[in-house]
Amino acid sequence: MQIGLEQYLTVSFLLFALGLLGVVMRRNLMVIYMSLEMMLNAANLALVAFSRFNDKLDGQVVVFFIITVAAAEVAVGLALIVALYRRHRSAHVEDLTSLKF
Amino acid sequence: MPLAAAGIITLFTLHFKTISSFISIGAILAGFVLTIVFISANGWQPAAGQGYGGQPVPAGESICQWLSADGLNIDFGIKLDPLSLMMMLIVTGVGGAIHVYSRGYMADDTGMSRFFAELSLFTFSMLGIVMANNFIEMFIFWELVGVSSYLLIGFWFEKPSAGDAAKKAFIVNRLGDFGFLLGILMIWQWLGTLNFSGLQGPEALGPYATIAGLLIFCGAVGKSAQFPLHVWLPDAMEGPTPVSALIHAATMVAAGVYMLCRIFIVLNPPALEVVAYIGGFTALLAAVIAVQQNDIKRIIAYSTLSQLGYMVMSVGLNGRTPAMFHLTTHAFFKALLFLSAGSVIIGLHHEQDIWKMGGLKRKMPITFWTFLVGGLALSAIWPFSGFYSKDSILGNALARHDFEGSLLFAVGVFVAALTTFYIFRLFFVVFCGKEKSETASHAHESPIVMTGPLVILAIFAFVGGLIGVEGVYNRIFMPHPGGLETSASFASELFGPFARSPLASGLGTLAFIIGLGCAYALYAKADKDPLPEKLGGLATAMKNKFYFDEIYEATFVRAHDFIAAVCDGIDRWVVEGFCIGSIRGGADLTGRALRFLQTGNLQTYAFLFVIGVAVALYVILK
Repeated sequence: MQIGLEQYLTVSFLLFALGLLGVVMRRNLMVIYMSLEMMLNAANLALVAFSRFNDKLDGQVVVFFIITVAAAEVAVGLALIVALYRRHRSAHVEDLTSLKF
Repeated sequence: MPLAAAGIITLFTLHFKTISSFISIGAILAGFVLTIVFISANGWQPAAGQGYGGQPVPAGESICQWLSADGLNIDFGIKLDPLSLMMMLIVTGVGGAIHVYSRGYMADDTGMSRFFAELSLFTFSMLGIVMANNFIEMFIFWELVGVSSYLLIGFWFEKPSAGDAAKKAFIVNRLGDFGFLLGILMIWQWLGTLNFSGLQGPEALGPYATIAGLLIFCGAVGKSAQFPLHVWLPDAMEGPTPVSALIHAATMVAAGVYMLCRIFIVLNPPALEVVAYIGGFTALLAAVIAVQQNDIKRIIAYSTLSQLGYMVMSVGLNGRTPAMFHLTTHAFFKALLFLSAGSVIIGLHHEQDIWKMGGLKRKMPITFWTFLVGGLALSAIWPFSGFYSKDSILGNALARHDFEGSLLFAVGVFVAALTTFYIFRLFFVVFCGKEKSETASHAHESPIVMTGPLVILAIFAFVGGLIGVEGVYNRIFMPHPGGLETSASFASELFGPFARSPLASGLGTLAFIIGLGCAYALYAKADKDPLPEKLGGLATAMKNKFYFDEIYEATFVRAHDFIAAVCDGIDRWVVEGFCIGSIRGGADLTGRALRFLQTGNLQTYAFLFVIGVAVALYVILK
């Protein structure tokens, strides 16, 4: 079977869906965070596939940006999670109830 | 000028009793002098001059344009024709005497300055009425007089009865004014002008002439206390006696009659009939009630009501001259009676029940004589002034030779007999016989500042019929000089009424004799009132003023209270409870419902976020 654009996009979509599922359904803060990263990577994959099949380099340049931003975001996010852990002594997302009425 | 006096007193001299009184007295006497000067300079009919806008109008019309709206032009002006000049003389003259008298009456009252300020305000308003040029101006001053009378009647406002009486006077007056205003509006609608010189006959008013005339008459009913709006006048005796004299004898109640004479052209025969009957009925009713009253001022108050009935009746019988003539003489002798009564009250230290007085003939001679003069004038016996004026009225009634005239003539004669009866009942009980209480034996005569005006008024009450007052009025109202003998000799004037209408004068004198005889027989030596035993229930009804106040209380006042309670209920339960409550509850419930969206759970938020993105994408890519 010829590996075409549709296949790459399918993989990307599946990765994204798995990440989304993880964000919504898992209860550990770290796992949620990792799923978030997975969603980002799915986006990267889609962008590279488009770049390859349209013979343009624009997609790959954007991927560079995304990776950079993701790294920065990971740093900040982990700092936040560490602060939260120190506050609540747990990594359970259902213990974060300050926004509840 | 009285307005300036009122203003000055209120602003500056409220604490200086003597100065206030002098300012007020000075203002009104100056007015009196000025009026006399004006009359002697210009004669009774001032020459026509240039009016506002350059058109020749009768003397002294528009002075300034006050209000100019769409189709409504109201100019303020002064009308100085003989009728208003005559009234001005009465107001300033009698008023001046009363002002001087008040100085003595209120000598030991702390509110004397306030009293004089209010008196000056009243004088100003009254002069405004008689000098008014058009309906609106007259209405303004009409209301001002009502306000002043409210202030004056409630002068001793610490007494709750005084406050109530003042309120009653004002409110009942307002009822009449409501009809008055409606009448004014109707006149404006049909005649297009509110100026007195623009009034035309009832033909111009179309089919509503009767109603318009009657509505305007309502104003007079309220102000001059005719039936059924008469209930305020007896209660108005709560005010000091000079107030009663000024307002209820001489001026304010006469404003109604003055107004009727002014607008006489507008009234057509059916309206005039109603006017006459109401006047006659009031006269009869008041006289009957007066027979059984025991408060000296109330008796005189009811006699005022009765005399006003005479005047109104006379206007209704197409006799403006007798009405105004009677108004003038009435001003003299009624003020005299009130002031004498005030002198008696002061002498007995504010005692007003006549069964506690007695034998004052020896103690207060001047008052005795002045009261006698006033009483005789009121009973209309020759040669006192009251005789000429009341006889004019009766003669006019008889001369009409129709049913209405004759009926009212009979009523008038009967009331004359009753008048004599009750006033001499008062006289005998108060002045003759022996003293009936402690205070009576210690009575003393009043100071000269009070007895002086009494004497002056007595002189006028005596000669008022003879000094040509009637001649002036005749010239005003019936400008056909051919029919009048202008140079009648004094003696023929003296006995004039006997010659002109012997039946009327004869019956009038007979009525006097009957009334005097009855009064003497019953009361000359009486210690207490013999009539209640003789007349039983009727006497009780008379004493209680025929329960008019109670009837009004049960019907109008209760209905009014009921409506007020209903409105209050609606305001409280429906508007506030239901409408506002529903808004409040609705906001509350919505808030509570929306709260549940805020779970504080991160994952819920993330999920909702994704759903939102999906929906947005779907809509965009559709």
